[in-house]
Amino acid sequence: MSVEVFLRAALADNLALSFFLGMCMFLASSRRMETALGMGAAVLLVMSVSVPLNQILYARLLRPGAWEWAGLDADLSFLKLITFIAIIAALVQILEMAIERYLPVLRGGLGIYLPMVTVNCAILGAGLFMVERDMTFGDSVAYGAGSGVGWAAAIIVLAGIRDRLRYSDAPEGLRGTGLAFVAVGWMSLGFLAFAAMGG
Amino acid sequence: MGAVSGPAGGGMNGTRDRARTLLGPLLAENPITLHVLGLCSALAVTKTLLAALVMSAAVTAVLILSGGAVSAIRHQVPRSIRLIVQITIIASLVIVVDLVLQAYAWELSKQLSVFVGLIITNCIVFSRAESFAINHGVVRSMLDGAGNGLGYGIVLGLVGAVREVLGSGTLLGATVLATASGGGWYVPMTLMLLPPSAFFLIALVIWGLRTMRREQIEAREFTAPGPENGR
Repeated sequence: MSVEVFLRAALADNLALSFFLGMCMFLASSRRMETALGMGAAVLLVMSVSVPLNQILYARLLRPGAWEWAGLDADLSFLKLITFIAIIAALVQILEMAIERYLPVLRGGLGIYLPMVTVNCAILGAGLFMVERDMTFGDSVAYGAGSGVGWAAAIIVLAGIRDRLRYSDAPEGLRGTGLAFVAVGWMSLGFLAFAAMGG
Repeated sequence: MGAVSGPAGGGMNGTRDRARTLLGPLLAENPITLHVLGLCSALAVTKTLLAALVMSAAVTAVLILSGGAVSAIRHQVPRSIRLIVQITIIASLVIVVDLVLQAYAWELSKQLSVFVGLIITNCIVFSRAESFAINHGVVRSMLDGAGNGLGYGIVLGLVGAVREVLGSGTLLGATVLATASGGGWYVPMTLMLLPPSAFFLIALVIWGLRTMRREQIEAREFTAPGPENGR
């Protein structure tokens, strides 16, 4: 069950290539392989922690009927946007400090990409999809990890492709950003095949 | 990220300058094609023109209001906490927009699903707040927001219109090309209904714009090697 959720999130429902989430960063940090690796790892880390965390908060506090045990009939689900973004921002800060304290080796590679992850739509999007699909805690763990792996894999593949595209003789107007769009389009078409396999 | 904006500083508040703040981002400094910002939603909601237009309207509203709000309190907020303040302002505005959509356009709001909420992390909103509103007056910031929102809307509308006409033969729900399945002659391009088509269309828009405005063409990162260091 969870394996299915994981694979689905990583391949068929790939956040970057099927839902275009985190696109700004996806295109901006795929120019070089090193930045793509750093950004992919940062997204994977934050995504795997934030989705389950948000699931707990949503299910316990915000969901319609979450306060029934206290005799309150409250629907706080409209607060999910602001709650999720605050959780993500706080989480990123804490991770940053933890890395600085306990794993200083990673600071150069991962640390500089972490702050940018706060405004990565993929992280917030994963949280919102988790709500929309009504996931249990177990599912949300698999979904967060799967989405992170899928996003990281996609950006690493794109960085590899763009590494090669640099040597191509493209029309002037398409050079750089334009060609990257075309490349992502083809990748996205390729990933549609996974959706067909998943049924 | 994109820090291109009208010249800052005093004495530049003439009508022409305001007009440039508003009109500049439409084509010349378009947030999507030049700065590659705000794509997350640009691609996913353009299957029909209506969805694209509603999304643009929502983003424009958030841009104008957040520009005004961030600019209005720019002297009171310490620099160190400005990001949190900006995010809170934007998130509150997006919640309002989301609730308005749910109240008056339930069907459409379902169709846009999570993408309305994702306006919070739409890089255009954030980058305008951070690079323009934070050091310009309220009116100019709102004009800048309106201009960027419209620039975003132009690209979204264009992509949405092409995808709807070629993909399902309709425009805003009205039949333009009679489809074969409905007794007409047009066989719809299924590709246009699939998400990847948006990438190809935006690439074409970028190509077109950069052919018109040659200064936006990116520099070559690599020059052809001589025979001795060829790959």
